Amino acid sequence: MSEVRPRFSRAAYLAGVRDTLPLLLAVVPFGLVCGIVAQGQGLSLVEAVMMSALCYAGSAQLLALSHWGVPAPVLAASFAAFVVNLRLALMGPVLAPWLNRVRGWRLWASLFVMADQNWAISVRAMTAGRHDAAYLFGSGSVMWALWVITTGAGHVMGATMRPPPGHPLFFAALAVFVAIVATMWRGRRDLVPWVVAAGASLLVSRVVDGTWYIVAGALAGAAAGVLRDRLRA
Amino acid sequence: MSLDPWVLAAIMAMAAATYATRAGGYLVFRAFPTPAWLRDALAYVPGALFVSYVVPALAAGGVQQWVGAAATLGVMAATRQLSLAILGGTAAAWGVWAWG
Repeated sequence: MSEVRPRFSRAAYLAGVRDTLPLLLAVVPFGLVCGIVAQGQGLSLVEAVMMSALCYAGSAQLLALSHWGVPAPVLAASFAAFVVNLRLALMGPVLAPWLNRVRGWRLWASLFVMADQNWAISVRAMTAGRHDAAYLFGSGSVMWALWVITTGAGHVMGATMRPPPGHPLFFAALAVFVAIVATMWRGRRDLVPWVVAAGASLLVSRVVDGTWYIVAGALAGAAAGVLRDRLRA
Repeated sequence: MSLDPWVLAAIMAMAAATYATRAGGYLVFRAFPTPAWLRDALAYVPGALFVSYVVPALAAGGVQQWVGAAATLGVMAATRQLSLAILGGTAAAWGVWAWG
């Protein structure tokens, strides 16, 4: 049966690249902001580009950078990256019908470039009957490349303009998160968890230093959502 | 063109933590059946997490942040384009900054 044979074709790779092109516009400001914030927090160009190339996780990088310091907060930054990216742990299993058929670098590289947008179009392609993980890899690798390039460009912009603290360019980092929050609204069932998350994060941010208020709010909100669903069922 | 050892360590740790979520989720879900409550809880985490980032930041901010956030939400609701929302919100914040 040819269905069982691992598939990783050039055609699917190119289809993934092509379908990603319209999404790239959203990557540009995000990458620029990440580079500008990295520069503002004292990272060198090499460090900023390296972070984007190795992490490739915009919201996690912005969150870690917004609480940066000297020396670099190794533990807090990696914990923030882990918590922010927990959603990726839920996304991989959805593409199991593709990923289960590939081995070695094809599997690990496809997982490495999996991010929100290229995951979404890959799920759409899978639902439409395409069965080839090279689509995910193609889509992800072009987004990864642009992410790294725009981070570098943002760093150069920041170094050239030298915006002072409080400059509205830094608001762009917060704007990214505000816009992301809007995309995450799934309807009325999110109301209770979000209100609980807001309350818990406000409370903890006044009492505890560091980024713990974000973790506390996320856990409180998730617990509230699950509890509410259980009580209602 | 410097490479600080602490920054390098932080980048490596962040990269490892991120890849652990990308590959780990797939591997764990493939190996073990996951309880439904955990799956539900993980689905609530992203929204609650970003709310927990934004709300305290806005509470600590001023008019520039509030106007910018409102504009971001407005553009997002109208266009559903992440990049336009970021640009519109930042432009509004810039307007407040230039004004004041």
